[in-house]
Amino acid sequence: MTVSITVTVNEQEYTREVEPRLLLSDFLRHELGLTGTHVGCEHGVCGACTILFDGESMRSCLIFAVQADGHSIATVEGLAKDKDNLSPLQQSFWETHGLQCGYCTPGILMTLIPFLKQNPNPSEDEIRHALSGNLCRCTGYQHIVDAVKLAAEKMMDVNSG
Amino acid sequence: MKPAPFEYHAPTSLEEALGLMNQHADEAKLLAGGQSLVPAMNFRVVQPSMLIDLNRVQGLSHICADGNVLRIGAMARERQLEFDTLIETRTPLLHEAVPFIAHPQIRNRGTIGGSIVNADPAAELPMLMFALDARLKAQSVSGERWIDAQDFFAGMFTTALVPNEILVEIELPFMPPRTGWSFMEVAPRTGDYALMGVAALVTLDENGKCTRAKLVYLNAGDGPVDAKEAAQSLTGEQVNDARIQSAAAMASEKEISPFGNVHTSPEFQRHLAKVLTIRALKQATQRVGEMQ
Repeated sequence: MTVSITVTVNEQEYTREVEPRLLLSDFLRHELGLTGTHVGCEHGVCGACTILFDGESMRSCLIFAVQADGHSIATVEGLAKDKDNLSPLQQSFWETHGLQCGYCTPGILMTLIPFLKQNPNPSEDEIRHALSGNLCRCTGYQHIVDAVKLAAEKMMDVNSG
Repeated sequence: MKPAPFEYHAPTSLEEALGLMNQHADEAKLLAGGQSLVPAMNFRVVQPSMLIDLNRVQGLSHICADGNVLRIGAMARERQLEFDTLIETRTPLLHEAVPFIAHPQIRNRGTIGGSIVNADPAAELPMLMFALDARLKAQSVSGERWIDAQDFFAGMFTTALVPNEILVEIELPFMPPRTGWSFMEVAPRTGDYALMGVAALVTLDENGKCTRAKLVYLNAGDGPVDAKEAAQSLTGEQVNDARIQSAAAMASEKEISPFGNVHTSPEFQRHLAKVLTIRALKQATQRVGEMQ
């Protein structure tokens, strides 16, 4: 049995027939071809599949696609206009070497977008707490923390200038 | 696909949800935030043949004051609790403890009702309901009843709800005046399930004598563990270091029964309980009078 759902992803509307058991993460990747959302553990521990659901960061592997019917989703694909115009957060990751293999990066970016909105000038402690739900096996987090600090500065400059 | 197939219903009213539950109580699972249910389904540890999704049901997400109690809709997200000013001023213990629940991404989706009904002995919300003397409103097609938190948890992942009932509201009395609070836990990493955790409440009279104390533990048995004797040993007394030490020893050695797990032995859990109880009682006592 399938259900027809209409979901807005990165401001574009999609209508698809899905089985109720299809996870939102698999819907994004397999139905819409948006493979920027990565799946790691698929049981809510690693944070790689973090997306924005109506603006709030959530695990897309713990939500069924049918539950997103009528809702608005944002994924990493929506952050940059194109590869030469990264968002300030992405640009900061680039500049501070905030990623190595990159597998965890989309989930980390989607975690940080609402975090920096709510907390534009975070302390290092707050940044580390915000990152606690995203596992990174490469970096040891130091450069990710640097990237968030730099992004906060860049975004403050944009907002005040 | 990860989970096994199931029939899906997304009622928009409580009446509709109660009707579905009544009809399909044996086969159906309720889907609240899904932050424990969906992982279990992804592992196929749980394979319900039907899901009744409560996320589109209106009127289950309120947080409001009503006389001397807070009323919280069962579908209120943990993130809502975290930033609610009524919870911060009326039940500061809950306010302090919510950020220890998993991670922001989980709290954005997870609900108070879902966590309570899941009745995981290692979870924070069930033991907080115990500590705060919550009353839980269960509803079915045949009516509603209120269950005290003390009677609600019936063992590991088991509650007093009957199959066709839905937990719809949580009632929390305002914490009494001159009450200090503390919540502490030890987890291997921030946001992980804690190895041990304690909620402490201490109420003092004008002379500094304890009129009421409460010590409740998580991951210390097959449900929230209320260390009544340890708490009782403080009442009627001045809460000094010696009494704190002896209450902590009583609770950690006699009243809790931790099982241990891959990360810890029961002995280490008892050690943590003792240290945390001492710190929590000191902090709670110091905080008497801080509540607005």
